[in-house]
Amino acid sequence: MVITRKAEFSASHVCRIDSLSDAENHELFGEEAHPNGHGHNYTLEVSVEGELDPVTGMVMNLKELKDILEEEIVEPMDHRFLNREVPPFDKVVPTTANLAKEIWRRLENRLVGSGKALVRVRVHETPELYVDVTP
Amino acid sequence: MTSITRRYSFSASHRLHSAELSSAENTRLFGKCNNPFGHGHDYVLEVTVAGDPDVVSGLIVPISWLDELVADKILRPFRNRYINLDVAQFANLVPTTENVTQVAADLLGRDWREYIGEGMARLEKVRIEETGRNSCEIYV
Repeated sequence: MVITRKAEFSASHVCRIDSLSDAENHELFGEEAHPNGHGHNYTLEVSVEGELDPVTGMVMNLKELKDILEEEIVEPMDHRFLNREVPPFDKVVPTTANLAKEIWRRLENRLVGSGKALVRVRVHETPELYVDVTP
Repeated sequence: MTSITRRYSFSASHRLHSAELSSAENTRLFGKCNNPFGHGHDYVLEVTVAGDPDVVSGLIVPISWLDELVADKILRPFRNRYINLDVAQFANLVPTTENVTQVAADLLGRDWREYIGEGMARLEKVRIEETGRNSCEIYV
């Protein structure tokens, strides 16, 4: 059985590669390449699979999952400039795909040994664009 | 595995009617959607592209390339059109959500390489919402 928990955070970023020209950056990233950055209201959906506990009726304690999301994602990323303040985005371009992979990595580490499996991380950068990471 | 999904919208009208069926059968099958003068929807199109993000750019696909493909092949031909009369593929094809989704998937797939290139990004899924209550999806 799979449960999904949502979280939201707002952050700024810029998608550009310093070794490329402005024109090349614009070709790859469009307006996301403007050098001083811009912001999004990101929405994160985290899906966890596990056995339904017959006593509690829960796959996973949602409070526990909420706390993990808060510690690993929301607290470090909310109201931050990802490129400057959130590693590895000082070295890796914070595209939605890279952000989703980093979120997957952080959450997977926290679920090791819990008997629960991360089955999907979905990151909405805008209502019109999202990235899914699956095993 | 990673995939990126982009959401677009277009408004169009259509009529569900098959010339091979009787008037009574058309009414029974399609109900109000068979009304003779057609009717419209605000369609939502979701295009899912699967692939690994490029190690340098972090992109599965540059969004502008995908936007251009979708605008040229779907949005411009369908937007504010009467699908039955204005979109050639539906001259003899009932524009159900299923058929519109299949045609959209075919149109995107046909010119994929020209717009998206030979890289690892591949069209994974096309999903169309006719209304907030019905949608059809095709895994390509």
